[in-house]
Parts: sequence; structure tokens; C-alpha cells
Amino acid sequence: MIGIEARNLRVGYDGFIAVADTTLRVAAGESFGIVGESGSGKSTVLRAICGLAPLQGGSVRLLGAGEASLPLPGSKAFRRLVQMVFQDPYASLHPRQTVDRILAEPLAIHSIADAEARIERALDEVGLGTGFRFRYPHQLSGGQRQRIAIARALILEPQILLLDEPTSALDASVQAEVLNLLEELRHRRGLSFIMVSHDLAVVTHMCQRLMVMQRGQTVELLSAADLAASRVQDDYTRRLMLASVGFSREATQGETR
Amino acid sequence: MSGPHPLLVVEDLRISFPSRDGGLAEAVRGVSFTLGRERLGIVGESGSGKSQTGRAILGLSAPEAIVSARRLAFNGVDLLRCSLQERRALRGARIAMVLQDPKFSLNPVMTIGEQVVETLRAHTRISARDARVKALAALGAVQIDQPERVYRLYPHEVSGGMGQRAMIAMMLIANPELLIADEPTSALDVTVQLQLLATLDALVLQRGMGLILISHDLRLVSSFCDRILVMYAGRVVEEVAAGGLADAKHPYTRGLLNCLPRLGEQRHPLPTLDRQPEWAL
Repeated sequence: MIGIEARNLRVGYDGFIAVADTTLRVAAGESFGIVGESGSGKSTVLRAICGLAPLQGGSVRLLGAGEASLPLPGSKAFRRLVQMVFQDPYASLHPRQTVDRILAEPLAIHSIADAEARIERALDEVGLGTGFRFRYPHQLSGGQRQRIAIARALILEPQILLLDEPTSALDASVQAEVLNLLEELRHRRGLSFIMVSHDLAVVTHMCQRLMVMQRGQTVELLSAADLAASRVQDDYTRRLMLASVGFSREATQGETR
Repeated sequence: MSGPHPLLVVEDLRISFPSRDGGLAEAVRGVSFTLGRERLGIVGESGSGKSQTGRAILGLSAPEAIVSARRLAFNGVDLLRCSLQERRALRGARIAMVLQDPKFSLNPVMTIGEQVVETLRAHTRISARDARVKALAALGAVQIDQPERVYRLYPHEVSGGMGQRAMIAMMLIANPELLIADEPTSALDVTVQLQLLATLDALVLQRGMGLILISHDLRLVSSFCDRILVMYAGRVVEEVAAGGLADAKHPYTRGLLNCLPRLGEQRHPLPTLDRQPEWAL
């Protein structure tokens, strides 16, 4: 099992600071959540960790036994160990490639043999079966597409999975199925998760610890148990908690200015 | 407030689409409800027919759709016997719709102000100067901080919440009696969602407008609406009163509630929805 540490991450675009000095440490086998509104930089943290966003400062390293020999960020081996599942399964799968080709591509990039067997196994693991292998994304439902996206990440046998709002595009009943699948995979394979979401209930269900972000800054770091017991310090976290309960005329009166 | 007629009467609404093999796919199968000046929620998963129901009321069903109903009346006007011109005159002026994602439903090459003005001038004879004043007022009414600034911005220059507010402003400027909001907040953050609902809530209260809120988010809708219709496979399977979600009887509604993760509860794995074929009968 491998953990990951990001220190003082800083990401900026044309003078706009998307993420400022964010530090997080995820122990091996841990599941860590990041919560915040859009534009808070939570997705950018994930992208910076896996090398999709340009780092202006800070460092990322893997934690675990034989730390010195673990691959460095930017290397092919690092990318194999750290995989990402994106938010919108309608946008993240190539519309003109079959499931088979979508799953074969990462294997080809990393020159991994026995693609055939691995594709079949990956489909089985996400509960789809080989009947889906030669379908196109438009022939699948949202939940099935997200399962394919998870299979694509898992096919490289990563140790760390970065989940960027994996269920926010899905119906509630499908969300439960995908969350269960992710948990089961984590236990079976000893994965570490970093999961981004704006739904506090989902994050506390999946993660032991979580970080609340606002405007590129970490505003609070707390455990799921703290959150469940409403032991929160920050005002923004409290607003998020209120929002997860639903609408109430009284509660929103102060909000609307 | 309500006149001799309820604001909207829908009786046995059916919508079907010709499928490729020559048959008919029924998207909505006999939906009936009446609406006063209240907040009605329609909840269901994707494919349950909730959006098609909303679109049919507005007359925005796809051209190939076959829409039939025993009655579909808005304020006493029989919508099924209306000419296309009459339908068009109603649309936007008296019945308006807010769509899901402001990124896709606003015109990307017109400023927000121009789009609001366009709606207004399509329905009323008004000078350009007065239209501008009214549009600014409308943007202010939906809690936009600096209407003057937002007026000049293009949709890509504003946040999702701001875009959605602009869309609501655009829909409300002609003072409709019925607003259909199809997933108005699903593209937005939870905190912004609530602010937007508060804006809608205030407008319903102030103007005595009818509101149909279509959403897949059972919890959100139940905390906001006066009444909720739960749809499954093209039918209304249950009607729930506000705050009465805990007493919902239909196994689909209960299952849907049950599979949501809750703060402060540890349930691993989450219960999933066990769909029974008889629900879709």
C-alpha cells in the first residue's frame, strides 16, 4: 500500500492563484476527501497531483515502504500508480471508441502484455461483464459509463485513485451503486483515495478525513467523525453542512443578502 | 388569488416517441395533476419522464413526439387546441421555463443584458431605454450584486450561479404566471443552490406565481416544495406533501431516500434500489 503527500502546492493561471500553499498527506490505504464550492481549487489540487495542472511551487511524493525507490512525479511509473476518475462520464469517454479500445489504450501506453485478459477482468471487477466490451459510450447509461471510467483507471493496477466528483452526474440510486463499488475496490485492492465532492454526506460516507477548501486555501481539516458530530470551526464548513440538510426559508434568509 | 380556474390542469398526459423499429416508446404514461399558485416538485430519475412533462406543458416537445391528454389547460386556455401562434404568445409571457445548465442555455455571443432585453421586447412594446432600465431591475431582483456590470458581460464571463440567476431574470421579466424550472440548480454548488432557491421562493411569494420544480434531488425538492409528485417510468407513483417524505409509502420513493448517504450515519455498503418490475406497470 502506498500513500501520497503534497506539500505547499501552488497553481496559478495568468496571475490568478487557483491553489495557494495547499498541503495534504494521505496515509497508505486511507481515504481522504476534499470539499469546497466550484472555483475553490479542489479539482485543481487533484490535477496538480497527477500532473495535469502546472505546478508553480510545492512538491508531490509517494509514501510507503522503500520510499526512496518509489517513482517520482512526472515519470511513467508514477502515472501508472496514480490514476484519476473524472467527474462527467458523458465527457470523459471518447465517443467514437468502443469500451474495448478505451480500456486497451492505457495498456498500450504502458506496454503491458495480456491486454485481452486484463480488459475482461477489469470489466468483471466493475460489475459490467464482457458483454459491454464492444459497445460505444452512447450505448451505455451514466452509471455504466462511470463504471467504464473506473475500469479504465483500475486497469493499470494503480495504488492511488484520484476521484473528481465521481457521482455528481449520476442519479441517487446509481450513486449508491458506484460508491459501493469504489469502497469494495478500495478494500479488496488496498487503494488510497483522494475524493473531491461538494456533497458533504458523500464525502463523510467515503472518507475518514477531509479538507475544506475555499478560494484556493485550506480553511479546515477535520475527521469525518468531527463533521458528523458538527464539531466544525469554520463558518463556510457550517454553511456547507446546513446546505446538505436541504432548503429552509429561515436558514437561507441570511444568505441572500 | 386564484381565479375561477386552477392555474394548470393536466389530465392523463401521454407522450410517446416513434422508435426505430416502428413501435412507440412511451415516455409519459397518463400523468394527471392540478396546480394552483404554489410550489410543486416533480422528482424522478433520468428517463422517468419528468422533463418531458414540463416541456409538453410549454409546447416544447420534440417535433416527432406524440402528445395527447384528456385535458391540458392553463388558466382555462385549452393548450391542446391552441394554434401554434397562441402557444407562442403564451410561452415566455405567461408560462416560462428555466433550464438546467446556464452554460448551454444562454446565447454565448450575446451579452446577458441583451438577452434579457430581447425577451422583454419579444413580448411587450417598449422603448430600448425603458427595456434597459427594466432589465437592470430584473437582474437586481434575482440578487445580482452589480447589475450594471453583469448586464455587459457575456455568459462565459460569469459563474454558474450568476448565469442561472440571469436566466431566471430573463424568464421573470415578462411576469409569467407559471414558471417551470427544470433542474435549475443541479449544475450549481450546494450553497449556491440554496441561495437560488431562496430567490425563487421569494418570487413565488411576492408575485403569487405558480412554480413547477423538476429535479432528481428528492431531498432538496422535499425541503422546498409544497407538494411533490414522484415519477417512475412515465407515471406518477406517489404524491407526497411537504415534509411528509418520511411517510412516503411507495417502495420506489422509500428506496430512493434510503440509498442517499447521510451525515453522521455509517452504513456500509449503502443500500441500493432493488427495482421491481411491477413499479413500471
